[in-house]
Amino acid sequence: MPEHNNETKEMAQFLIREIDRLVTKPVRLMEVCGTHTVAIFRAGIRQLLPPQVDLVSGPGCPVCVTPDEYIDKAVAYARCEDVILTTFGDMLRVPGSTSSLGEVKATGADIRVVYSPLESLTIAAQNPHKKIIFLAVGFETTAPTAAATVLATKKQNLTNLFLLSSHKIVPPALKVLLADPAVNIDGFLLPGHVCAITGERPFDFLPETYHMPAVVAGFEPLEILRTIYRLARQIHDDQPTIENEYKRIVKPDGNPAARQILSEVYEPTDAVWRGIGMIPDSGLRMKEQYSAFDAQVVLPMVTKTIAKKTACRCGEVLRGIIKPTACQLFGKACVPEHPIGACMVSVEGSCAAWYKYGSGRYTYGT
Amino acid sequence: MEHEKICLAHGSGGKLSQELVEQVILPAFGNPLLNELHDGASVNMAGTNVAFTTDSYVVKPLFFAGGNIGKLAVCGTVNDLAMTGAVPRYLSVGLILEEGFLMDDLRKIVESMRLAAKEANVLIVTGDTKVVNKGAADGIFINTAGIGDIISGSHISPKCVKPGCDVIVSGYIGDHATTIMAGRHELVLPATLQSDCAPLNGLVQKMLKAVPQIAALRDPTRGGVAATLNEIAEQSKTGILLQENAIPVRSEVQGVCEILGFDPLYLANEGKMLVFVDAKYTKTLLDVMHQHPYGKDACVIGKVTNESIGQVGLQTNIGGIRIVDMPLGVQIPRIC
Repeated sequence: MPEHNNETKEMAQFLIREIDRLVTKPVRLMEVCGTHTVAIFRAGIRQLLPPQVDLVSGPGCPVCVTPDEYIDKAVAYARCEDVILTTFGDMLRVPGSTSSLGEVKATGADIRVVYSPLESLTIAAQNPHKKIIFLAVGFETTAPTAAATVLATKKQNLTNLFLLSSHKIVPPALKVLLADPAVNIDGFLLPGHVCAITGERPFDFLPETYHMPAVVAGFEPLEILRTIYRLARQIHDDQPTIENEYKRIVKPDGNPAARQILSEVYEPTDAVWRGIGMIPDSGLRMKEQYSAFDAQVVLPMVTKTIAKKTACRCGEVLRGIIKPTACQLFGKACVPEHPIGACMVSVEGSCAAWYKYGSGRYTYGT
Repeated sequence: MEHEKICLAHGSGGKLSQELVEQVILPAFGNPLLNELHDGASVNMAGTNVAFTTDSYVVKPLFFAGGNIGKLAVCGTVNDLAMTGAVPRYLSVGLILEEGFLMDDLRKIVESMRLAAKEANVLIVTGDTKVVNKGAADGIFINTAGIGDIISGSHISPKCVKPGCDVIVSGYIGDHATTIMAGRHELVLPATLQSDCAPLNGLVQKMLKAVPQIAALRDPTRGGVAATLNEIAEQSKTGILLQENAIPVRSEVQGVCEILGFDPLYLANEGKMLVFVDAKYTKTLLDVMHQHPYGKDACVIGKVTNESIGQVGLQTNIGGIRIVDMPLGVQIPRIC
């Protein structure tokens, strides 16, 4: 039997009272990371916060910001007889412009769900006559493992494993959000897993250039409440800075070894974010000396992406301009069983999380 | 239905499975007995109340810590019968074998079926074997069906679940799915963690003898505790409120869930049950359960309420309440 523990509840109540005392005008705080969106819902934090504190979800769900063009390419590769596609499970249901990977899989395409890109190495070794293509998506958190996969592929002399890379980095996206007058944010809960790799420094521009409070957040309920409390205090004192509420994992300098592997294989490039558009230097591409492992170089694939006309407002949701519930498709035409926008696909997508956990400030008994 | 083809999620026990049953199966087969959509049907034959059920087993890998597909195929059907308040008596076994399957593996599987049937005190009285071409199946699939007689005096039905009932779980949740999952991903688990696959009919008989007033029993297999509680809330037109800090989850299971991104509430169990009983009988019932090896960790995890009808809520450790929804599709395919 688990221990019953009232200290957690008392500490939570203390933090909520303090947040209420410190925040005297309405504020909007953005949790950048999709894992935080889910953790906030799972702990029931939103409905415990005082009404003047609003949490909005940001662009930190990798599946959600992957553009149609990328899915269309992946679908085209999957349709090739001699290709085995490996991917994280979330990608299967993302709608491309014509089809999702899940639909192609149902017609017999060899698509395998992996939990680490390194699993692709084994698949490549077991299937020497097939081309294995790993769908490398994700932020600074997952990109180092993709880079390590490239290095291991080279070391093992495998010539049939390639990456279709669409990695993205977070800080440039936050700059774009802050430059947009429609995005009205008073502070950031910074993505803990990303910071574990990058450290705190890449986010210094938030307080320095934009006078914006920012706290590195962990994922336990009390860590999230302490993060919000620290943001509330920074807002109250009008002294924005970077604080770290996830010190047990995030070192100020991050993980230099992981960054070293990353920069060995990858270099910054411009990238398209679904719902936001092209952001300079916000993506990662494989360096020329590793192009033998780049699916787009070795096995070029031309696809035509048909621009879709839908009432889907994922773009505004991803930028925190509207809540998912403000989209007229939400919960009606667009539900997790039949998603229209990518934010309804991934379990960490804002729309999927809002839908799953009762559309925001869920109150039991109503 | 918007799906033109069957997806894995149609077999998950979640929303898409429900959709499949409602849109394809019930229109074809619907009748008052089937429409109950219980784990097994209760039918009256020659004046006797008989429980009847069937289930197919496609688990991958075939062998896992704590069991294999054979043990699962016997226990699963025995448990489905037990959950209708019946004493399981006779089983059928259908084997679908892939050409090239190892005879030795088949012997091991059959031996575990023998042992499980012995423990559950049921006889395997009829069966069938088919072999398909290599590639047309994945090693072995098993179907079992079973019948049993309803324990007199008991009336197990979601409709008996009323506000004021306690929700009891018979032990730690998520062990089976975590074991299968870890096996598939070659995660090395401590030897203490294995599938909970077990026949629950012995325990159920003792419980019903002590407290015939038990309102409902369910084994939270596919879709886990979350799916089962949502079904009960919907069928009984009640609300259910769980207490997060009361739900028994092993730290190993919690750890694997954090690595792989799962929620233990949604993970399949193969030797656990959820019990709904009027709170005044809870203590008597727990005392009985604690005496039995498959019920020794039983505890109350929540209450049936008359608020938020049809929904399951969970009060978190920090005092918030979140909704526990019906799972959409597969957390993990081919778990049983």
